[in-house]
Amino acid sequence: MAVLLLAEVTDGALALDATSKAVTAATQLGEVTVLCAGAHAADAGQDAAKIDGVARVLVAEDPALGHRLAEPTAALIVSLAGDYEHIAAPATTDAKNILPRVAALLDVMVISDVSGIVDGSTFERPIYAGNAVQTVQSADPKKVLTIRTSTFDAAGSGNPAPVETVAMADNPGLSEWVEDKLAASDRPELTSARIVVSGGRGVGSEENFALIEKLADKLGAAVGASRAAVDSGYAPNDWQVGQTGKVVAPELYIAIGISGAIQHLAGMKDSKVIVAINKDEEAPIFQVADYGLVADLFEAVPELEQKLG
Amino acid sequence: MKVLVPVKRVIDYNVKVRVKADGTGVDLANVKMSMNPFDEIALEEAIRMKEAGTASEVVAVSIGVKQAQETLRTALAMGADRAILIVAADDVHTDIEPLAVAKLLKAVIDAEQPGLVIGGKQAIDNDMNATGQMLSALVGWSQATFASELKVEGEHAVVTREVDGGLQTIKVKMPAIVTVDLRLNEPRYASLPNIMKAKKKPLEEKTPADYGVDVSPRLTVLKTVEPAERAAGVMVGSVDELVAKLKDEAGVL
Repeated sequence: MAVLLLAEVTDGALALDATSKAVTAATQLGEVTVLCAGAHAADAGQDAAKIDGVARVLVAEDPALGHRLAEPTAALIVSLAGDYEHIAAPATTDAKNILPRVAALLDVMVISDVSGIVDGSTFERPIYAGNAVQTVQSADPKKVLTIRTSTFDAAGSGNPAPVETVAMADNPGLSEWVEDKLAASDRPELTSARIVVSGGRGVGSEENFALIEKLADKLGAAVGASRAAVDSGYAPNDWQVGQTGKVVAPELYIAIGISGAIQHLAGMKDSKVIVAINKDEEAPIFQVADYGLVADLFEAVPELEQKLG
Repeated sequence: MKVLVPVKRVIDYNVKVRVKADGTGVDLANVKMSMNPFDEIALEEAIRMKEAGTASEVVAVSIGVKQAQETLRTALAMGADRAILIVAADDVHTDIEPLAVAKLLKAVIDAEQPGLVIGGKQAIDNDMNATGQMLSALVGWSQATFASELKVEGEHAVVTREVDGGLQTIKVKMPAIVTVDLRLNEPRYASLPNIMKAKKKPLEEKTPADYGVDVSPRLTVLKTVEPAERAAGVMVGSVDELVAKLKDEAGVL
């Protein structure tokens, strides 16, 4: 039983956290070969080789693979698929773009957002925005799956695995990259941060979001936001936590001025410790919080920031 | 240019999902059903393209139970020109898998020859996020998922995509399959006169057999359960108490 795991590689760098978590899941399925693809992927390949549990690393370098475009990356994976029973990737937007295409080219069903592995063909996955968990069994000869990283611990580091290079498959040439507008930030990445501080509509304005950011910076945390806050223009879209945004499961999640709509809860309820600060004691967020504080956030948040010193 | 918009009938997004106690699935009997919200956004985009003169005809397609007629009538009331319903299941609890849906849509593409397919990025019931990508693979067209901006410029479409960490803009060859994210537009409500007019618009009914497609599932659902509940938390009375709890009890600071 062998697994081909597509590593998350962005502009030549390995996303270690997402990839290591997916490795933990993949080792339950068989021997793990990690594929690093990109215009430059050799460094990412060296980093991936050091993840504990990785048996082998394949590096594919080609300009066509440079911006995670679905068509060339899917063609590459299909060209390598013969040797593997499972093809997996962390459930990032890149992998969700690529793996269903791979599955269709192999005439198998994709299994998206796997949150638990029962056996080699049986998987758990959330449906209805996390309001239900389904166990599905695949009858396909190959299983193509994306792994919800928030439910797996990251694999540690181990002895470096051998690294080989593989050739690029034919590029169908259907799409080209124009530009990336990635938010530049010194803060940790939202989905891999140990602590996340999120603000909701209760924060009231874009200016007031500085309160949330200040507390986050004090804690070395990532900043999140509810959809209500994003839709009101208080916070940029890529901060959104929830079913339609990012799914996070940090050690500590601090929800400030967030009422706790189902769609937000779906994105954070697997966090280890949840703190809610809201002036409305009836807010549904308190039902999932480990520690709730009914208070005016404009008083409580600066006080909290000061006392964490 | 003809634009094809696949729409799915799903549980209304405002309805609280109830998991059946016997583990066989989510209760969909006598529950309000609506068009998948992401598909509504896709349809709105297609209608705007027609209003702007970029599209000549908007065809809505739904695959599922006969009751999806209602969803297609909504699509027609919003502004689609005609609709195709492929009746592929009898029981409202039967979900046709993305691979089978993609195969049926490929057959519809072969018959209709659209220049563009716009669909939702995922359905809010099975949350698979797969049909558009699979369809694109089967027909060999370009794909652009998670679209927050779409501009068709002659032989190409320029699409801005919502990806982890920000936005990516790509240029894809037409014909293309585009799947849309929340921020592309705000869908209109169908007006009463348009709802009346929609009753007269053509709605064609087909079966998978008409297209020679096998829709048998590849995945067997063994069980469906409620997610694990969190243990009840405590309310604290002050910031000091909160800091103490986080340091001493939870050990996360």
